[in-house]
Amino acid sequence: MPVPFPFSAIVGQEEMKLALLIGAVDSRIGGVLVFGDRGTGKSTAIRALAALLPKMKVVADCRYGCDPEAEEGVLCAECRGNRSETPFKTKQVPVPVVDLPLGATEDRVIGALDLEMALTRGEKAFEPGLLARAHRGFLYIDEVNLLEDHLVDALLDVAASGENLVEREGLSVRHPARFVLIGSGNPEEGELRPQLLDRFGLSVEVRTPQDLQTRVQVVRLRDEYERDPSAFAEKWKRKDAKVRKRITDAQALLPEIEVNDLALEQAARLCMALGTDGLRGELTLIRACRALAALEGDKSVEVKHLRRLAPPALRHRLRRDPLDESGSTARVDRVVQELFPA
Amino acid sequence: MAGMSAPPANPLAKNPMGGGAPPMAPQAAPRYHPWDDAALVATLFAVDPSGVGGVCLRALPGPVRDQWLADTRELLPHDMHRRKIPLHVTDGRLLGGLDLTATLRAGRPVAEHGLLAEAHGGVVELAMAERVRGSPVSYLCAALDTGEVVLERDGIALRSPARLGVIALDEGSNEDEQVADALLDRLAFLVDLSPIGVRDMGDLPYSAADIGAARDRLPAVTISEAQVSAICETALALGIYSLRAALHAVHAARIAAALDGDPEVTDGQVNLAARLVMAPRATQMPYVPPEREPEPPPPEPPPPDQDQGESDQNQEERKDPLADQVLEAAKAAIPQDLLDRLRLGQLRRAKVRSTGKSGQVQQANMRGRPAGVRRGDLRPGDRLNLIETLRAAAPWQRVRRAERERGQAVATPVKRKGRKAAAPAMPRVEVRKDDFRIQKYKHRSETTAIFVVDASGSSALHRLGEAKGAVELLLADCYVRRDRVALVAFRGKEAELLLPPTRSLVRTKRCLADLPGGGGTPLASGIETGLALADAVKRRGGTPLLVILTDGRANVARNGQGGRPQATEEALTCSRLVRASGVAAMVVDTSNHPHPQAKALAEAMDATYMPLPHADAGRLNAAVKAKAGI
Repeated sequence: MPVPFPFSAIVGQEEMKLALLIGAVDSRIGGVLVFGDRGTGKSTAIRALAALLPKMKVVADCRYGCDPEAEEGVLCAECRGNRSETPFKTKQVPVPVVDLPLGATEDRVIGALDLEMALTRGEKAFEPGLLARAHRGFLYIDEVNLLEDHLVDALLDVAASGENLVEREGLSVRHPARFVLIGSGNPEEGELRPQLLDRFGLSVEVRTPQDLQTRVQVVRLRDEYERDPSAFAEKWKRKDAKVRKRITDAQALLPEIEVNDLALEQAARLCMALGTDGLRGELTLIRACRALAALEGDKSVEVKHLRRLAPPALRHRLRRDPLDESGSTARVDRVVQELFPA
Repeated sequence: MAGMSAPPANPLAKNPMGGGAPPMAPQAAPRYHPWDDAALVATLFAVDPSGVGGVCLRALPGPVRDQWLADTRELLPHDMHRRKIPLHVTDGRLLGGLDLTATLRAGRPVAEHGLLAEAHGGVVELAMAERVRGSPVSYLCAALDTGEVVLERDGIALRSPARLGVIALDEGSNEDEQVADALLDRLAFLVDLSPIGVRDMGDLPYSAADIGAARDRLPAVTISEAQVSAICETALALGIYSLRAALHAVHAARIAAALDGDPEVTDGQVNLAARLVMAPRATQMPYVPPEREPEPPPPEPPPPDQDQGESDQNQEERKDPLADQVLEAAKAAIPQDLLDRLRLGQLRRAKVRSTGKSGQVQQANMRGRPAGVRRGDLRPGDRLNLIETLRAAAPWQRVRRAERERGQAVATPVKRKGRKAAAPAMPRVEVRKDDFRIQKYKHRSETTAIFVVDASGSSALHRLGEAKGAVELLLADCYVRRDRVALVAFRGKEAELLLPPTRSLVRTKRCLADLPGGGGTPLASGIETGLALADAVKRRGGTPLLVILTDGRANVARNGQGGRPQATEEALTCSRLVRASGVAAMVVDTSNHPHPQAKALAEAMDATYMPLPHADAGRLNAAVKAKAGI
């Protein structure tokens, strides 16, 4: 496998990097959507993140990578059965970052009858698909806007419920599948189906940098990387390690972050002023703010966090006028300015 | 630097890479030819095909293209993999998948590589690249980005390296036939061979040996910060915003230096890279800056009738916020489901027209997106879903084997045909008729709404605002259904395709906002352009829908001459062509009061007629509701 571009060597695109880090700290924020111009390093950032993530503890011989400390409801059937007897044997594995390539077929995504077992031994066995592999990690869909509808439907269902239920070919299998959905795409090639849009916790817009300095820096670093990927990665290793430490520290800190009533009220006022439907926006905003506070080493959620994360958490939830181009980002900014003047 | 210390006969004397000494002895390069650049591109590409991504070669098939391809092949190492991707390649063949023969023989799933993995380390040629859209483009882009193919299909998970260069053979004949932008962005070079004649062709400036030497030198070549900066600045100045272009140029400059044997890139090589990589993008990218034309005065001979005064007056109105207001008014006046209704009418029409054309219906089994499988007999035109068939057969293998071994085998219909007697060896996998799973396709032909907007002076500019509002409202509808839209505008002397079919509302919106008004009404040209586009959409398997917004008062004929009678006659003729072509159409009358000419137009093309009365939402609504039954 080729050496990925180091995360810390990505120039600019702060909002995208922050959103990805938040997703890494708290998987329950419900996914990150990265939409924007061609050639802005969308895929690069996500593959870089994969290389950077700290390892996680799993039940030693669980094919779904169950968390040994998880509650019973989140375990797969097998682990649930073994649970009462002895403490699980565990091992450390990298956090999975699974690519859902375009052209993937349904059987590979949700899982299907294991053909080899069936043909050679006549046994009915389940072969887990990509959703199983992404459990507790990330599921990355490049060009999510071009994905076939029937796959999107299957994904949405699982992403919402956190478990994958397979009923096909005489199989009946249920296994946990909690993952952070990361989608990227270019709106010029097609818009995302509105139903899918809302499922993402954070949405980020990326633009090609317009100032010369940044552009030169991007080109230079990229050129250096392409000439010798390994040497380049080595050079950035320490900076990447710092980012990794930031993630692990934040994960440890997360349960202690306080959300006081004031913050809750402010989030609610923000959502009301913007007229977002449902509570999902508010929940995501607060959750993301906690993760941000943890990343920054703060003790509680404050206005500065709300102000920073309101656009990525809410811009894709506004009742959408698909033609209002100046669009949602400007609207969110305006309301933030009104409610929390700097 | 073996390749460099060449005898004088070496074409390097021309100094094609622009390094070192001032260029060319006059006798070496008497004239500058586009062929020289094309040959240089071939050379640069041959040094590092996967590094530069590839070449988009715009040319019709012919001796020039053949020569270029032959030359390029000559320059590439002879053991290099080379694959050609035909237009209708299936996903399975491109990416790889289940090798059915081997699977059946072995009795367990066997994977096979696809074209992309087979071409690893080499070059693929993409035939008729301008027509390739959708998934093959995405697969190619993914392979170019990551250097590998990740396969997750047919019960197989496989990751194989696929570092390759692409030669996209673009046979497009006009601007709206172009290689997909996503792919174009990843190819360093865009070469247009069409202006090159057979006599213009010359020799290649480098030999395969030079190229081999350059390949070895390439990793060590460096480029200075100032040069990178210059490349980035040029890109910005040319309006090339994708950073990939700048990266390509940097890489091309380094390859040029490697060819010349320079350890550092010279400024001449940077110039060369800018010329080969960036120049074509600056001209080919249909980027429209937001403030394109401030507000052009109507330069065309104004239509010789009362509309003139109105148009002048509206010239001023455009500056104030009135246009916005009118837009809002129009938005409110247009029923949300207009397109739905039209589509309904269109379906009905299609049904009537397709009587007797059974071929078209039969084809529908095979098209569209896969939508599950069904069990049953295999009829002509059906496609067997092999993997599902195997899955269905799998659980029974043991039983069937046992049955057969007991010698009381139930006849196996598949194996009966002759072969059984000749080959007593038992098949590893026994597939029976009951196992057949047939692929179902959901044929949802994509609708493309083609808006033909009258932007002439007679269509009075504030009416143009309303027309824009109307289009925007219909666009919102299209957005929900994920239809595609295209935009044709006509004013002055001719019609113009402003926006080829796209799903991007952002682009449509921008395009519409920039649309200036004023000038004559070349209605016939407008309809003609719209119809041509509709035909193109149909050819690609889509369903076109013409929405013409006009007041119907044509006054410029197709040859660009003024003259009301001829213009009107031509408009009606074009309308009849629309009817004959069977394309669903609708005419939105944008004149202040419903105008008989627009109505006549609608009748001639068998279109739905829809007046857009000034600020009378209720009446329009009622009118449309009354029409709903058509």
